[in-house]
Amino acid sequence: MSATEERVSGNGHVGRRMRRKEDPRLITGRATYVDDMNLLGQLWCAFVRSPEAHAKIVSIDKSGAEARDDVFAVYTGDDLDLASGLPMAWVPPGVEVQTPEHWPLARGEVKHVGDPVAMVVGEDRYAVIDAAEEVLVEYDPLPAVTDPHAALEDGAPLVHESLGTNKIHEWSLGGGDLDAGFAEADVTIERTVVNHRTHGGAIEPRAVLAEDRAGDLTVWSSTQVPHFLRLFLALILNVSEERIRVVAPEVGGGFGSKLQIYGEEVLCAWAARKLARPVKWVETRSESMMAQHHGRDQVATVRIGAKRDGTVTAFHTKIVADMGAYLMLLTPVIPSLGAFVMNGCYKFPAVQTDIVGVFTNKMATDAIRGAGRPEATHMIETCMDQLAAELGLDPLEVRRRNFIPAGEFPYTTALGIVYDSGNYQGTLDKLLEHLDVDAFRREQEELRAKGIHRGIGFSTYTEICGLAPSRVVGPAGVGLQTGLWESAMVRVHITGAVTVYTGTSPHGQGLETSFAQIVADRLGVDPEQVEVLHGDTSTGPQGLGTYGSRSLSVGGEAIARATEKVAAKARAIVAHSLEAAPEDIEVQDGKFIVKGSPDKGMTLAEVAGAAYIPGDQLPPDLEPGLEETAFYDPENFVFPFGAHAAIVDVDVETGKVKVVRYLAVDDCGPAINPMLIDGQLHGGIVHAIGQVLYEQVVYDDTGQLVTGTFVDYALPTAAEVPSFELDRTETPSPTNSLGVKGIGEAGTIGASAAVVNATVDALRPLGVTELQMPLSPMRVWQQIQEAQA
Amino acid sequence: MIPPEFDYVAPESVDDVLAALRDGGEDAKLLAGGHSLLPLMKLRLAAPTLLVSLGKVPGLRGIERENGSWRIGALTRHADLQVRDELGVIATTAATIADQQVRNRGTIGGSLVHGDSASDLPTVLLALEGTVTLRGAGGTREVAAADLFQDYLTTAVQPDEVLTEIRLPSQDGWGGAYEKFTRRAEDWAMVGVLAAVKKGADGSCEDVRIGLTNMGSTPLRATAAEEALRGGGLDVDAIARAAEQAAEGTDPPADLNATSDYKRHLARVLCRRALEKAAAA
Amino acid sequence: MSATVPVRLEVNGRAHQVDVEPRLLLVHLLRDRLGLTGTHVGCDTSNCGACTVHLDGDAVKSCTVLAAQADGCSVTTIEGMADGATLHPLQEAFWKDHGLQCGYCTPGMIMAAADLLARNPDPTEEEVRHGLEGNLCRCTGYHNIVRAVLDAAEGVRTGRIETPAPTAAGREAGEELAEEGLGA
Repeated sequence: MSATEERVSGNGHVGRRMRRKEDPRLITGRATYVDDMNLLGQLWCAFVRSPEAHAKIVSIDKSGAEARDDVFAVYTGDDLDLASGLPMAWVPPGVEVQTPEHWPLARGEVKHVGDPVAMVVGEDRYAVIDAAEEVLVEYDPLPAVTDPHAALEDGAPLVHESLGTNKIHEWSLGGGDLDAGFAEADVTIERTVVNHRTHGGAIEPRAVLAEDRAGDLTVWSSTQVPHFLRLFLALILNVSEERIRVVAPEVGGGFGSKLQIYGEEVLCAWAARKLARPVKWVETRSESMMAQHHGRDQVATVRIGAKRDGTVTAFHTKIVADMGAYLMLLTPVIPSLGAFVMNGCYKFPAVQTDIVGVFTNKMATDAIRGAGRPEATHMIETCMDQLAAELGLDPLEVRRRNFIPAGEFPYTTALGIVYDSGNYQGTLDKLLEHLDVDAFRREQEELRAKGIHRGIGFSTYTEICGLAPSRVVGPAGVGLQTGLWESAMVRVHITGAVTVYTGTSPHGQGLETSFAQIVADRLGVDPEQVEVLHGDTSTGPQGLGTYGSRSLSVGGEAIARATEKVAAKARAIVAHSLEAAPEDIEVQDGKFIVKGSPDKGMTLAEVAGAAYIPGDQLPPDLEPGLEETAFYDPENFVFPFGAHAAIVDVDVETGKVKVVRYLAVDDCGPAINPMLIDGQLHGGIVHAIGQVLYEQVVYDDTGQLVTGTFVDYALPTAAEVPSFELDRTETPSPTNSLGVKGIGEAGTIGASAAVVNATVDALRPLGVTELQMPLSPMRVWQQIQEAQA
Repeated sequence: MIPPEFDYVAPESVDDVLAALRDGGEDAKLLAGGHSLLPLMKLRLAAPTLLVSLGKVPGLRGIERENGSWRIGALTRHADLQVRDELGVIATTAATIADQQVRNRGTIGGSLVHGDSASDLPTVLLALEGTVTLRGAGGTREVAAADLFQDYLTTAVQPDEVLTEIRLPSQDGWGGAYEKFTRRAEDWAMVGVLAAVKKGADGSCEDVRIGLTNMGSTPLRATAAEEALRGGGLDVDAIARAAEQAAEGTDPPADLNATSDYKRHLARVLCRRALEKAAAA
Repeated sequence: MSATVPVRLEVNGRAHQVDVEPRLLLVHLLRDRLGLTGTHVGCDTSNCGACTVHLDGDAVKSCTVLAAQADGCSVTTIEGMADGATLHPLQEAFWKDHGLQCGYCTPGMIMAAADLLARNPDPTEEEVRHGLEGNLCRCTGYHNIVRAVLDAAEGVRTGRIETPAPTAAGREAGEELAEEGLGA
């Protein structure tokens, strides 16, 4: 199967595989990431971090560092005069969440390796690193706890003594009659499913540059959420919000790791104000491994009940979520995002998820690509295979028997979640058009005779994204202390060029291109004439950033709506000028024309001229100017879905697994730019392959971080992964006018179970029936040995 | 990260290098390609006060054939080795080191002197029974591979000596293969096994050498496996039987990716594979 | 501070003479002193390849080379790859094939790919994948990067594109960029 075909629709730009407007600066080395900026008078800072997993700070001797000529200041937790600590934004109604104080610099105790203890500000990049080594901290080590189950036991060392417990919270989401479901089941299986701890792995480390000019604070940060950062800087620094400007310039990848309010951002801003000098910090990779929030780290006990024909009657998951030492922006809510889609693609009549959050002496977890949904999908989709094996049924047949039929959307799941649209059978059918499973099975037999163990595995998923309807997830709903709408402003310049301001904050997604395509079609201009600005709180309206596969379905819809307002005004002007009815004006071939009279029309430049140089052409009841703003708060989430298949070879002598072929059919509604969709899927799938086969954040029993660099934390390289065979179906979402759904996380959400299921399939003849991630060669080899023993 | 401060000189002759080393005292270190030393310095696991660069010393880079052996200059890069097919398993092993950028900087001399048992070229030198030439204030000496590698990151090279040249026997008449097991292509060897086999006219094993990477604190020879094979047949069964002894006498340290047992298992599997390839070469 | 050492080098065709702290890494000379910020830093351990530049024609990781070691050498960075307004074939192919997303790894990836094509002008997909094993990308899953390198190779082979090496004009373009930097 070749890459997905180009599909042209609308006025010609939406649906086009248009190459990216972002790329010229990026391929020539002329883009501006935070570390590419330097200000006159700029100071640098570095952080002294705890080498201990848990310890009392006995003393901090700053004198050596302070004595250096090139050091301006050394700060510790006691020096900070902040109005509040770092934020956690989830207050679920009726649920108590144990929320410890979290200061940018530790006060009294350190809780994990990498916890910042002191900040050194000095003259240059190198000097501050030297000086940080001269800050002498005496620690009195305390017992550390790193295993979440051990942390819940009586007498376990407490991460936060003052809270009296390591249990953060308990949260449940269920629907349908679980007891009746299991009572009705002919077979019940129970499995442990581990989603281990991972790192975001954005190749650009974090970086912050802060400057204060007479009370006006500007912070450039490698962040996904500039507006949130401004808000929290205002609250924490006690500075009025309008005096703060936050800029996310070019951002070198996020994957959730930069959806955060980090202490280092606060400290650079605080020190810049204190010292009245610009302060810059660039994270080293070693720091990022210990001090960027991690992801996953959930151990689930999954119980599934089913009839003998494979019809699932109940699905119950108990998750112990290791959340590390502190609660950061969204830490405790991440497993809940998975709970929302614990129905998967299926008509499970009774579903329940029980979550326990646990403190350990490790870095906090939070959102990493997929954020809860990869975990949930992995639980569901590996267990569907387990169920099929138990029943002696074809795993695809078991899925088919449980799929929500295409005719039943919008579909309210047992959990009360309304899936907007879907056609799960359709994506699976299309996948199988590209994959002859019977032929594969024959090939598999032949290869096995030659000692090659090849396996095939499937995963069908739906996920919840397009964050988010504020009424559902906000304070009155699930309890996030924010709205999650998005904004857009569309400004037509006098020449007919267009500037679009979006509140989303892209960092690789290509939104400057796809948003321009949306606008271009509606205004009859070339996308090259449409500039999309983002990531700067001083331009455009309020915004909420880029995460949760929200940018197109929420931010793009806001743009479509703002553009529609501009187009409506344009139609009024054209109608007035050409003496036609506004409803008879349409965009065709780069012009607003009168329907049926393509030679009668005005270009956008002509319309803009009329709007900005008022004269006869501007209807008297219209204001001059041509720009409009829209805020869009979605009515519902969007639910992309797909069917994935992985084919792996296992070297059974060594345990090494290699993905040799990967196919996916995904549906995120009508494509704006198919090339970008494919790109998101490629990256998302490899992110999951990385988690399954190569990546794991490892702490030892004492809380020392074992995977402290890219040597040990193994991101896959080009040599580890195959090319991908992708196709799409397009089932529009009724939620927004574009019909679109998100695609940034879908690959990651769908892929891990396919790879694990494929590996189990390859090894089933050797007696292996289940495997936990990560499938390191040693683990796979050990599992084979155990199965053979 | 960045290295701690140090002084830097780049002399233009070996004599001047030796003088600089002598003047620099015990915290002076030689710098070749820097791909073993600089990463350690950046993580502040090493902090020499003086780096003496070999980069300006002429005549230390090159590959020459002489009296049935290869003379390889200490500054010869992995990238220089990887393209010389006539070097046989020396070239194919060099091609497995890290990635192309590292191979474009890393040198054979630097790798050998660093003495990391997880590195590939020390295994080549040991298995192929090469020697190195060391120049010091007191003169020049030849050290056999077996005497060079003494312990983890410890070699017989004295702080005031410079490794100038490597000699490796030509591979004429030998078949060789290096089996390197990694999680990712660019990783250090979890275990590596180099096998070199000299076949007699009747197809039997006239001689065999097997080297092990990352199976101990130094590169090792799998002598039991060698003895099991030497003088006997090279059929699949004979190779398999010999390979079963590949890990005999080893006690590899466990690490993040592998227990000792698993490493020993890998050594046996990789030894069989390397021998099969070497015998077929 | 340790005594500085003088370094003469050519960057994108322009000669520079600078005095540097011995420990200054080549990548920081390029970025902080010469203003060539297209070369990035993504790790501490020579794994990610974001800092890849050409040193005397070979791709190297400039975070693991001392500026002092580059004395007497010629360096090419991403800023020296285009021929004025004409992009280098690899730049063109990365653009056309969507071989980048956030763009952070891209300069290093292009420089590594140029070394790869200089060594092997007609690589297979497998050879491209192994040839790029020293460069990490988190966004693209490598699919389109591999495609771009194969496309650029084919373009060069079929004569559609002349040569993957930097041209004299590219050097000039690089010179101009270097002049815009903080200078030496």
